[in-house]
Amino acid sequence: MKSLLKIEDLQIFYGSIEALKGISLEVNAGEIVTVLGANGAGKSTLLKAISGLLPLRKGKIKLQEEELNNVPAFEIVRKGISHVPEGRKVFTTLTVEENLNLGAYIQRKDIKVVSEAKDRVFNLFPILKSRCNQLAGTLSGGEQQMLAMGRGLMNTPRVLLLDEPSLGLAPLLVRQIFQIIREINDQGVSILLVEQNARKALSIANRGYILETGNISISGLASDLKSNQKVQEAYLGGAAFKKKNRV
Amino acid sequence: MRIFLEQMLNGLTIGSFYALIALGYSMVYGVMKLINFAHGDLFTLGSYLGFTLLVWGNAYVTSHVGLAGGMIAAMLIAAIGIGTAGIIVERIAYRPIYPAGRLPAVVSALGVSIFLENIIMVLWGPRYQAYPVNVVPTLRFEIGGIHITLLQIVILIFSFILLAILYYIVQKTTFGAAIRASALDRDTAALMGININTIIFFVFALGPALGGTAGVMVGMYYRQISFTMGWNYGLKAFTATILGGIGNIPGAMVGGLLLGIFEMLGSAYISTAYKDVFVFLILILVLIFRPRGLLGEKVAEKV
Ligand SMILES: Nc1ncnc2c1ncn2[C@@H]1O[C@H](COP(=O)(O)OP(=O)(O)OP(=O)(O)O)[C@@H](O)[C@H]1O
Ligand SMILES: [Mg+2]
Repeated sequence: MKSLLKIEDLQIFYGSIEALKGISLEVNAGEIVTVLGANGAGKSTLLKAISGLLPLRKGKIKLQEEELNNVPAFEIVRKGISHVPEGRKVFTTLTVEENLNLGAYIQRKDIKVVSEAKDRVFNLFPILKSRCNQLAGTLSGGEQQMLAMGRGLMNTPRVLLLDEPSLGLAPLLVRQIFQIIREINDQGVSILLVEQNARKALSIANRGYILETGNISISGLASDLKSNQKVQEAYLGGAAFKKKNRV
Repeated sequence: MRIFLEQMLNGLTIGSFYALIALGYSMVYGVMKLINFAHGDLFTLGSYLGFTLLVWGNAYVTSHVGLAGGMIAAMLIAAIGIGTAGIIVERIAYRPIYPAGRLPAVVSALGVSIFLENIIMVLWGPRYQAYPVNVVPTLRFEIGGIHITLLQIVILIFSFILLAILYYIVQKTTFGAAIRASALDRDTAALMGININTIIFFVFALGPALGGTAGVMVGMYYRQISFTMGWNYGLKAFTATILGGIGNIPGAMVGGLLLGIFEMLGSAYISTAYKDVFVFLILILVLIFRPRGLLGEKVAEKV
């Protein structure tokens, strides 16, 4: 399979704190790859590093053959990587439509492309269409998650980085969100999915990595991870319990 | 009633000055979380720039381009000149110290303010300067007993066009949404592909450009300008910004216009000497009862 996004020996520091201790992973074209890990494992750090929000201490980030190490965040989107951040981060005082338009900011001059992208997003998330003129801050948590994902899709990315899309959502919505992630993937978008809901994530992913305090401890096919003893103990047995305790 | 309407018109006129200046405070604050104390002095600099241009070009204006051409040229050159000055101030005085936090930037802004004020004094002298009479329209007329000057109408039309254009850009275009998004959350804005430096460039060019234009208008309207006037206008415009909700663009416009009207009604019905007291009393009341300002949105919980 062809490697689309490749990370080699990535090391990230916050001041003197080493958040990622030289990890390597890759996302092949067409795959859903999940990164699982407890709070503070470094999952969000990984995504922020990929999208250029954090400086690298060491290592390489490559999209196909192009090195992205020193590309600033606002340029990364133009390479075809879209990041849906943890906690949705919708622009609360902007309308739903303005949020979506900003998702397509890099192509804003091309009205046709923008409106086609919007139609695609409305197909995936019909609720957003009826909320178009509402301020994003007035949406429910689930709707905000949909808006964040829709916004991330507006620039028709090749790789979609999703940071805990199920965070804080009711079970029914969680199921719906995962369903939609699969649909997005079916449309040809490769996905790097960071999750704490290991059961759900492994059920839709092709492959997975387990991140433990800045190191990848286990990796493999999703099906193998599901049956892996350690994974079961640490991430699957406790998944339901942990979810309840999240805010 | 006649006095009321006249004062309303006067209030709208000076209110539109405040609104134009207030936009600069509000846009810069929104994106940078910095109160640009130098803004009032950039406004003064704009006024002096227009003054110099009209004095030099006096004969040319009256004989070639006409009053309208002269006014437009003075405002345009002040806008370009002060817009450029705004960018230079940002590069020299603010950008190098952003990493040090917000307080040092505020101190630096105060420094720029003092610097500009003194530069203006050195270049143009400490005395009042007067805009030449023959480069502004002096026509006065009466509609239903109300005295109106042509100049007032011209100023109102110009400033409302500027306010409308700015409103359109900031509230109705995707680029405007990008400015508002950058004010809310820079990192997420970057994830959208928004280059924060473009946004900073824009607010530091456009805010001062509008302020500089207002400077020329004030010069034409009152005809008398001084190197310290940025202090008073800056303070009023800043008050207008707070009144409307800082960082909120329509708020700055509404705040400015309201403040002008309050001030003029206050000076007509209460006392000219107390008009500033009146203005700041309103500010205090707003701060007590609506700390977010009149149009400040509740949803913007983030500080
Ligand atoms: N801005 C920061 N400054 C200093 N340390 C940070 C910063 N952001 C994260 N860290 C630290 O880096 C480590 C990894 O954080 P990260 O946010 O990547 O974890 P995570 O796996 O996404 O956790 P969660 O599941 O809670 O979102 C944590 O120990 C965290 O305290
Ligand atoms: Mg995280």
